[in-house]
Amino acid sequence: MTVLLAFTAAMLFGLGTWLLLQRRLTRIVVGLGLIGHGTNILLLTSGGGGGRPPVIGKSDKSEFADPLPQALALTAIVITFGVTAFLLSMAYRSWQLTHDDVVADDLEDRMISRRRRDSDVADVEAADLERQSDSAGDDE
Amino acid sequence: MINSLVPLPIVVPLLAAALTIVFAKFRVVQQLIALASLASIVAVSVALLAQADDESVVIMDAGGWAAPLGVTYVVDRLSAIMLVTSSIMLLVVLVYAIGQRGSEATHPAFSPIYLVLAAGVSASFITGDMFNLFVAFEMMLAASYVLLTLGGRPDQVRSGMTYVVISLVASALFITALALLYSATGTVNMADLAERIPELSSGVRTGFSLLLILVFGIKAGLFPLFFWLPDSYPTAPGPVTAIFAGLLTKVGVYAIIRTQTLLFAPDSQQGTALLIIGGLTMLVGVLGALAQDDLKRLLSFHIIGQIGYMIFGLGLFTVAGVSAVVFYIVQTILVKTNLFLVAGLIDRHAGSSRLSRVGGLVRSAPVIAFCFAVPALSLAGLPPSSGFAGKFALISAGLDAEQWLIVSVALLVSLLTLYSMTKIWAAVFWGDPEVEPVQVEGRTGAGPSLMVAATMATVALSIAFVIFAGPIYELAERAGNDLTNPAVYIDAVLGADR
Repeated sequence: MTVLLAFTAAMLFGLGTWLLLQRRLTRIVVGLGLIGHGTNILLLTSGGGGGRPPVIGKSDKSEFADPLPQALALTAIVITFGVTAFLLSMAYRSWQLTHDDVVADDLEDRMISRRRRDSDVADVEAADLERQSDSAGDDE
Repeated sequence: MINSLVPLPIVVPLLAAALTIVFAKFRVVQQLIALASLASIVAVSVALLAQADDESVVIMDAGGWAAPLGVTYVVDRLSAIMLVTSSIMLLVVLVYAIGQRGSEATHPAFSPIYLVLAAGVSASFITGDMFNLFVAFEMMLAASYVLLTLGGRPDQVRSGMTYVVISLVASALFITALALLYSATGTVNMADLAERIPELSSGVRTGFSLLLILVFGIKAGLFPLFFWLPDSYPTAPGPVTAIFAGLLTKVGVYAIIRTQTLLFAPDSQQGTALLIIGGLTMLVGVLGALAQDDLKRLLSFHIIGQIGYMIFGLGLFTVAGVSAVVFYIVQTILVKTNLFLVAGLIDRHAGSSRLSRVGGLVRSAPVIAFCFAVPALSLAGLPPSSGFAGKFALISAGLDAEQWLIVSVALLVSLLTLYSMTKIWAAVFWGDPEVEPVQVEGRTGAGPSLMVAATMATVALSIAFVIFAGPIYELAERAGNDLTNPAVYIDAVLGADR
C-alpha cells in the first residue's frame, strides 16, 4: 500500500512539475493542484501504515492509525484550496486584461537586455527606446 | 510569570482584522482600529522582550496541551527582538499608508489584510512548532498575495503570478520537508525535533538541513532562488513594498537561523555551503542593483545583497557570527523599510522612480534628500551609520573565524553598494533628469505630512539604533549565546526534568 502511495505521489509531483513549467496560467494552476495532492499523500503516508479510526473506546490503542498526519493534511488541503481559488481569480483577471493568460516576460528585464544590445546606439536613441517600451508596458 | 502575553501578537491583529471588515464602510474607524491594535502589539512585544531577556525563554502551551503534544508558543531573545522590530515597522508603515491618500492603501480591504499579514509575521516568530510555522507562513503569504495585487493593474497581475507561483512551490516543498521529517522522527515540535534529529544517520540529517535551507531560501531570496523578488516587489503600492522589503524576506532568514541553529548539531550544520551561498547572494544582489534604472528595482536587488550578509554571519556558526546576524537583521529591517518609504516619496514627488527621469531633488525637496541620505549611508556601511556597526560586527566575526575569502567578498560588496548609492544620489538628488520629468499637478514639497512623518520616524529609529548600538549589541550577543546553545531552548520547552 505504501509503495503504491509513494508511486502515486511521485507521479503527481512529476506531472505537476511539468505543468508548472508551462507559460499558461491555467496549466500552472492545475500543476500546482497536482503537486498539492502529491504533498498531501506524502503527509498521509508519513504517519505509517493504516489502522482503525483513532477514537478512544471504539478500538484498542495499538490498532489506531496515526491521527496527526491526517490533521496536518486537512490543514494543508484547506490552505491549498484557498490559494488555488486566489490563483484562479488572478488568471481570470489576467484574461480580462489581455484576453490571454500567458505570463509575459518582465518589462524591466526586457528593457535592460535591450539597453545592453543597443549600447553602441547614442544615448538619446536609447532613451527613445525606453520611452517606447514604457508606453508599450502601459498598454499591456 | 505572565505568559498569557505570548499569543497576543497573533490574536490581537486577527481580531482587529475581523473588526475592520465589519467597519469596511467607515474608513477612519478602520484606520483607528488598525493603528490601535498595532500600537498595542508594539507594547506587548516590548514587554515580551523584557521578560524574555529576564528569563531567557518564555513558553505558552496553546490549549494547555504540554509539548511535544500540543502547539507550543516560544518567545526567546531572538523571537522577542524580531517581534519588537517587526511590530514597530508595521505600525510606522501603516501610518505612512494612511497618509498616502488616493492609492491602493486606502482600499477598504487594505486594513484587514495588512493586519492578517501582521499576525502571520508575529506567528512565524513566536511558534515553536514546524507545522504551525507553515501555517504562519501561509497566513503571511496569502495576505501578501492580496496586498501585492490589490490594484489589479496589468503589471501587478503579471508580477503577482510569478510571486504567488514561486511561493506556492516553496510551500509545497515545505510540506514535503515536514512529511519527511515527521516520518523520520515522529514529531513536528521544534524542541522535540532537536532531540530526535541527532539520532538519525548523518546523510539524512544533511539532507534535511539542505531541504530546509532550500524551502526558506526561496522565501528569503537566497542565491540562486531570488529571481522572483526584484520582479514582484516594485509593482506593489509604496507602503506595501516597504513592508515586504523590510519584513518578509527577513522572516525567511529568521526561519533559516532558527532551524539551522536549533535542529542541527554542529556536525551537520551547513557552514561552508551557507558561506558560499551567502557570498554569491551578496555579489549577485549588488551587481544586479548596478544594472538597474528603476529605483525600486534597484533597492530590491539590494535586499538580496543584504540577505547575503546575514547568511554569511550564520554560516560562521560562532557566537560572534550569530550575534552579529541578530544585530544586522534588526538594522537591515530599519534601513530597508526606510529606503522604500523614501522611494515612495520620490515616486510621488517626481511622478516617476526612474533614475533617468528624476533629478535635482536636493533643491526641490531637501527633506526627502535627508531621509534618503541616512539609510543610504547605512546600507553602504559608512561610519557612523547603523550599517557600519552591523558590518563591523559581521566582519570582525569573519576575521575571528579566519574566513578570509568571504570577508573580502563582503568588503568588496560594501564598496559596490556605496557606488550604487552614490549613483542614486547623483541621479536623483543632484543631477538634472535625462528625460523631461512628468510633472504631477499639485504635488510640490516633500509630500503629505503623515508620510513624511513616518519616514522621519524610521530615520530617527536608525539614528537611535547607532546611539544605543552598545546595549543592543549586548542583547544580540545574549541572543547569539542562546542560539549557539540550543539546550536552553529545548529544556525550556520540554521541561528540564525529562
